[in-house]
Amino acid sequence: MAATLKPYLEAVRKTLHASMCLENFPSQVVERHNKPEVEVMSSKELLFTPVVISRNERERVKIEGSINSIRISIAIKQADEIEKILCHKFTNFMMQRAENFFILRRKPIEGYDISFLVTNFHLEQMLKHKLVDFVIHFMEEIDKEVSNLKLAVNTRARISAAEFLQCFN
Amino acid sequence: MATQYRFGVEPITCHAWNKEQTQLALSPNNDEVHIYGLSGGQWVKQHTLSEHTQRVTGIDWAPKSNRIVTCGVDRNAYVWTFNGTKWEPVLVILRINRAATCVKWSPEENKFAIGSGARLISVCYYESENNWWVSKHIKKPIRSTVTCLDWHPNNYLLACGSSDFKTRVYSAYVKEIESKPSANEWGSKLPFAAMLGEYSNGGGGWVHAVCFSSSGTKLAWVGHDSSISIVDAANGFNILTAKTSYLPFTSCLWVTENSLVVGGYDNLPLLFNCSQGAINFVNKLDIPKKSGGGSMSAMKRFQQMDTRGRDSEDSKVVTLHQNAIRQLTLHSGSKSSCAKFASGGNDGQILVWDIRTLESQIAGLTIS
Repeated sequence: MAATLKPYLEAVRKTLHASMCLENFPSQVVERHNKPEVEVMSSKELLFTPVVISRNERERVKIEGSINSIRISIAIKQADEIEKILCHKFTNFMMQRAENFFILRRKPIEGYDISFLVTNFHLEQMLKHKLVDFVIHFMEEIDKEVSNLKLAVNTRARISAAEFLQCFN
Repeated sequence: MATQYRFGVEPITCHAWNKEQTQLALSPNNDEVHIYGLSGGQWVKQHTLSEHTQRVTGIDWAPKSNRIVTCGVDRNAYVWTFNGTKWEPVLVILRINRAATCVKWSPEENKFAIGSGARLISVCYYESENNWWVSKHIKKPIRSTVTCLDWHPNNYLLACGSSDFKTRVYSAYVKEIESKPSANEWGSKLPFAAMLGEYSNGGGGWVHAVCFSSSGTKLAWVGHDSSISIVDAANGFNILTAKTSYLPFTSCLWVTENSLVVGGYDNLPLLFNCSQGAINFVNKLDIPKKSGGGSMSAMKRFQQMDTRGRDSEDSKVVTLHQNAIRQLTLHSGSKSSCAKFASGGNDGQILVWDIRTLESQIAGLTIS
C-alpha cells in the first residue's frame, strides 16, 4: 500500500509546483476589486482546467488553478464509520481556526473534506517550496493522525467496556 | 555574477531607470513610488511620489525628457516632471473604469500607452491648452485584460499582449501631434487603432510580456504555457515558438538583434537565441553555486537534525533571486547591444546583470 503513496505525493508536489505561478491581478469585472479568480469564476479565460490526482477512489486531490489563486481540495481516506466521524471532527477543528493556518479555506468544496486557497499574496510573503511542503506534509500526516485517533478510541472503548463488565463478574 | 540591491522584503512590482542609471524609480507593491539615487555604491531614497490611492502597476522613465509616468489600480495615471526640488504630477485623463496594468513611453516621448483591465489601451498625448494628457482608445478586438505593451522603434506601432492568449500589433498614429507615417514591414495603411496583426502560438497561455527587437522587425512574447514566440515581419510573418520545460516566464528583453533574455517563476534569467528559423536555448544566466550540504560534518548534521528536526538548511533558494522575477529592464546600452540589464523580483531585490561579465564567467557563453 505504501508503495503507491510516494508516486501519488510526488505527482501532487509536481502539480502544485507548476500551478503556483501566480500574479497580482485586479478584477476585470468589478471596479477596484481584487478577488481570487478561482473563487469568483467570473472570467472563463482566467481559469485553468482543474486537475484531479487520485490514489484510489477515496483518496484524491483536486487542484484548480487561475491567474491569481489556486484551490487545493483533499479527499481523505475514510474506510468505516468511525474514521468518517474522526475525519469530520479533525477537519472541522482546523477549519474553525482557519485564520491561523493562512491558506486554509473555511469550507471544503463539494465532494472533498478539506480545501486550501493559495493566492498571490501568500506567495509574495512565503517561500513557494515551503508552501508545497506544507500541503504534502499535511497529506502525509492526516492519514497517520486519523488512524492513531482510531486506535486510541478503540483502546479506550475496550478498557471502558472491560471495566464496566467487571461489575457483572 | 550580478550586482544585488535589496529594497526591503516587499515585492518590487515595477521599476524604471533614468537615462544615466544614477536614479531608480520603483514601487514596493503599494501606492507609492520611491525614487532612489546612487551615492557611493548604495541606493539612497530621495523622493516619494504619493499621488496614487491604490497599488502602482507600472512605471516608465522617459530618458530624453526626464519625465516619469506611473499608472495604478486606482484607474489613474500621472506624468511627473522634476522642477529642481521635487517631482510634480500632471493628471492623465485615461477614461478607463478598471485598473491600469502597464505603461510605456513611446520612443519619441511625445505620447505613451497604458493597458488596462477594461480591455482597452489608452494612447495618451499632451494637450497644452488644458495642461493635461488626453487619451484615445484602442478597443477592438481585445477580449481580456491587457497585460503588457511595447512600442516599435518607429514611434507609430504598438504591440500588446493580453490574457486572452493573443498578441496584437496596432497602429498608434495620433494625427493631432505627429506627421503621417510611411509604410513599413508591418503594414502600409496606418490609421489610429488599425490592427496590423493578431498572433497566437497555437496553444494557450496568458501573454505576460511583449518586446520588439531593436530593428522593429521581430516581435517576441512569452506566455503562461512556458513558451517563447517570435513573429518576424521581414520573413513573411512567420511565427516561431519554443515550448520550454521551465516554469512560465513573466518578462522578456532583447539584448542583441538575435538574443533574447527571459525571466520568470524559475527565479533566474535565461538566454535564448533566434537564428536559422528556430529558437534555441543557450544558457541559464544564474548558475547556482553547489550547496555546502556535502561538506557538512557528520556531527554538525546530527546536531541540526537534533535541534531543528531536519538535516540541512533548506529555507534558502539556490538562485540569486529568492522569488519570481517580475520585470526585466534595459539598464545600459540599447536593445541591439545591451551592456547591462536589470531584473526586479517578488523578493524585493533588483539585480543588475553585466553581459560582458556573464560571458567571461559562464564557460562557452557568447552573446551575439
